[in-house]
Amino acid sequence: MSSFHSIKDSQLENHLFLNRIMAAFIAIVLLTSGLIVRLIHLQVAGHEHYASLAKDNSIKIYPIIPTRGMIYDRHGNILAENTQSYSLEIIPEKAKDLDDTLLRLQKLLNISDEKIDLFQKQRKRQKWFASTPLLLSMSDEEIAKFAVNRPFFPGVDIKQRLVRHYPYNELAAHVVGYVGRINEAEMKTLSAEEYQGSTHVGKLGIESSYETELHGKTGYAEIETNVQARPLNTLNETDAVQGVNLYLTLDMDLQKTAYDALAPYNGAVVAIDVKTGGVLVFASRPSFDPNPFVAGIANDAYQALQSSEAQPLYNRALRGLYPPGSTLKPFVALAGLEHNTVTPSQRFLCPGYYQLPNVDHKYRCWKKTGHDWVNVNKAITESCDVYFYRLASALGIDDMHNFLQKFGFGEKTGIDLVGEKSGLLPSREWKFEQKKQSWYPGETLITGIGQGSNQVTPLQLARATATLANRGNVVTPFLVDKIVSGTQTRPGPETHKDIIPLKKSNVDTIVSAMVDVVHSERGTAHDLKKDFNYLMAGKTGTAQVLGIKQNAKYNENAIEFKYRDHALFIAFAPADDPKIAVAVIAENGGHGGSVAAPIAAKVIKQYLNDNNEN
Amino acid sequence: MKTETHSHQFETPSVIGTILRRLHIDIPLFIGLSLAATLSFIILYSAGSQDMGVLTRQAARIGLAFGFMTVLAHIDPYQFKRYSALLFGIGIVLLAAVLVMGQTALGAQRWLDLGFFRFQPSEMIKITTPMMIAWYLSEHPLPPRPKQLLIATTLILVPTLLIAKQPDLGTAILVASSGAGVLFFAGLSWWYIIGILASLTALTPILWHFMHDYQRARVLTFLNPEADPLGRGYHIIQSKIAIGSGGLYGKGWLGSTQSELDFLPESSTDFIFAVFAEEFGLFGCSGLLALYLLIITRCLYIASQARDTYCRLLAGSLAFTFFVYVFVNIGMVIGVLPVVGVPLPLISYGGTSIVTLLSGFGILMSIHTHKKFLHR
Repeated sequence: MSSFHSIKDSQLENHLFLNRIMAAFIAIVLLTSGLIVRLIHLQVAGHEHYASLAKDNSIKIYPIIPTRGMIYDRHGNILAENTQSYSLEIIPEKAKDLDDTLLRLQKLLNISDEKIDLFQKQRKRQKWFASTPLLLSMSDEEIAKFAVNRPFFPGVDIKQRLVRHYPYNELAAHVVGYVGRINEAEMKTLSAEEYQGSTHVGKLGIESSYETELHGKTGYAEIETNVQARPLNTLNETDAVQGVNLYLTLDMDLQKTAYDALAPYNGAVVAIDVKTGGVLVFASRPSFDPNPFVAGIANDAYQALQSSEAQPLYNRALRGLYPPGSTLKPFVALAGLEHNTVTPSQRFLCPGYYQLPNVDHKYRCWKKTGHDWVNVNKAITESCDVYFYRLASALGIDDMHNFLQKFGFGEKTGIDLVGEKSGLLPSREWKFEQKKQSWYPGETLITGIGQGSNQVTPLQLARATATLANRGNVVTPFLVDKIVSGTQTRPGPETHKDIIPLKKSNVDTIVSAMVDVVHSERGTAHDLKKDFNYLMAGKTGTAQVLGIKQNAKYNENAIEFKYRDHALFIAFAPADDPKIAVAVIAENGGHGGSVAAPIAAKVIKQYLNDNNEN
Repeated sequence: MKTETHSHQFETPSVIGTILRRLHIDIPLFIGLSLAATLSFIILYSAGSQDMGVLTRQAARIGLAFGFMTVLAHIDPYQFKRYSALLFGIGIVLLAAVLVMGQTALGAQRWLDLGFFRFQPSEMIKITTPMMIAWYLSEHPLPPRPKQLLIATTLILVPTLLIAKQPDLGTAILVASSGAGVLFFAGLSWWYIIGILASLTALTPILWHFMHDYQRARVLTFLNPEADPLGRGYHIIQSKIAIGSGGLYGKGWLGSTQSELDFLPESSTDFIFAVFAEEFGLFGCSGLLALYLLIITRCLYIASQARDTYCRLLAGSLAFTFFVYVFVNIGMVIGVLPVVGVPLPLISYGGTSIVTLLSGFGILMSIHTHKKFLHR
């Protein structure tokens, strides 16, 4: 085809085109008239209305800051509240010379440059006429000093603000978290509209995970003001939607018991309600007081926390990675029974060590003299390593890995807290991907006794224990029980339900062995004072220390202590109708039976006592 | 040397007139554009808080833009036609390059850093798209058959979607309408036009799905600005106050309190019409709209007199796109259209868009002043 077509076509085209030009012209004139009609509507019909808004008076829109939601534990104890405090605030529009004002204030009240910087950044984000805090939680002295000099500081005033307060101080700092001043990075990500007027945002824990819900929705008032920005009247107001109140599953009495019982060791205790997955205790020791973070922690205090050998800022329960040691054995034994690798009565000889065929290396049992003939019950009760070397070897790494994975090892539990670590459950694929090496049979053996590359978080361990106690009904831990707003109460996060198919007799075998750990003469935890009238199932663990990963700053003379084993204990009770599952890790605590087991027993006893009375 | 109609109107042998004609400048169009540019300085002085720096920079841009216009007016339209496809292809490649490695200005990828200067390919494509479609359709008998229609639509959609993805909704709309303008002037059946408009309406929910959050927010704000007066609704509310308070006669030059007191955001750029309306009132607005209408009418006239199909289609589309510019900007400022980033043509401060705009007028002038040289 080409552009040569007949004259007739050409005339037709001409005609068509001129028609279109006319049509376009008419459409354009009509649409322009439409614009003019709208302009008449605004400038003639609406003139009086808009003129009154614009002439002497102007509308200013003030944010109404929502009150942040409270956080309670399961019994209604307050974990996070808002208290009145006095803050020094500046309205830049009213301050004559802002830089000079700041300079003089700095001299008068001895304000750090940091705080001035923070103020400047926040001011730039807000409207010129909005009040911006310079100092939060002023002391009586500061208030007095300023009050005297107030006439010299136009635009500067003392205001009441609500400030977040954590009455339990360090006790639940890692779970509840804290709020802090909005920093520069957060300014970029937070919605500028929603955070108009808000000075704080959740930085850690529940405060951070539930930021949107706790913060609420900013309201606004359209206020008519005169040229001096003096408010005349409110034209229109939309209330703020207050932040919701959160009720956690946490039991603060129990939390305190656990935290105190852990002393003097560093470590973590996690207790889970077996039936629901609600987390009852979530303790990480040592901890820190979150309150200084609210007003802005001083730099040196923060540095001290940061560089402390004990890592108080680190949430061990959620993020600490430990070898599970012998606490993994009940799960490995169950894997063996379920895969018919062993029968409950089948016995292996433990001479104190185990050798792989054609390999010189001796894999030793913790008991040098050996356990003689061992069946599954004795293997768990007395924690015989050789039995598990043999079992792991017969089971193979693939089946073992796949079975343990169902209990949540090597995976995040999905708890409603940010920053959870997934731990590590070694497998052939993992090793090949990470180290580009094939799997060695010896690794299967040490994986089978919870050593080697295995890494679990205390939360994972508690969750796996709860799942075992729940006979394969997978427990998903969560912290928020109820979300209560002004109008409605809704439940916390939805937890997914999953069932691991397990043979009842196999579970019975494992549970009765775990009961024997505590109650039988031969059990590794039989020294435990049994001042309770129910059966408790447990398993001790002693993990060889590699040091928790992030903990690289131990100094020379602490090395000795550092190499002491971690003491572990998992437990649930009552054994026949489990209500609570616990995991305890006492760093460098030595033996699980003597150090970790009493802590778990104490938590369980208190919980069951409290709940029987009710 | 004289060509038909317009030479009669400007018979008077003034020196300036002669020079302008030598330069292939269309005098009525030139007067209209100069008037608009003058208005731009006047209103910018007020909206930009009497900052001479703003005026200087705007003067430099307008000078450059008039330069471009003059150069393009000199080139025979045959050359535009010849290189249409090539220029369009280059534009597409550059657009794709921007998406891959463009500089992010204001959160959107629009710039291509060529080392010595920064170039915005979406500006170039605003002109090359109608050129391409006009060239393609002019190679076939009109009105276009379904097959050509399909190909033309695809050619329009490619740059439109690439720009929308940057994301720059305003420019995407302008590019799409420049292409659609060509189709319209090519005699696209009214049934098709109704069908397209209807299906666009039906597609809105799907479009919604592909929008960015901020674009959705803009649409929601447009539907109900009072719902979000702190944030995005603020523009519209303050803009309406400015316009409405201007009344019939306006508050006079430099009399805008809304922009003066910083209530009106972006008062020098996208929302400059609000300042204009506040200071010059309904009469001023009508005058400005009349000026735009005159410019557009002249452009449509040029299109009607064009020498061949390619020139007609291109001229018609450029006139139409200019109107879309005006309509979308004013419509958004007075609150009848959602907020998209389209400046008020010839008046708003900044942007390379004024260069593109006047380049378009340069092409129109070229079409009008090169009628008698036939290259076939």
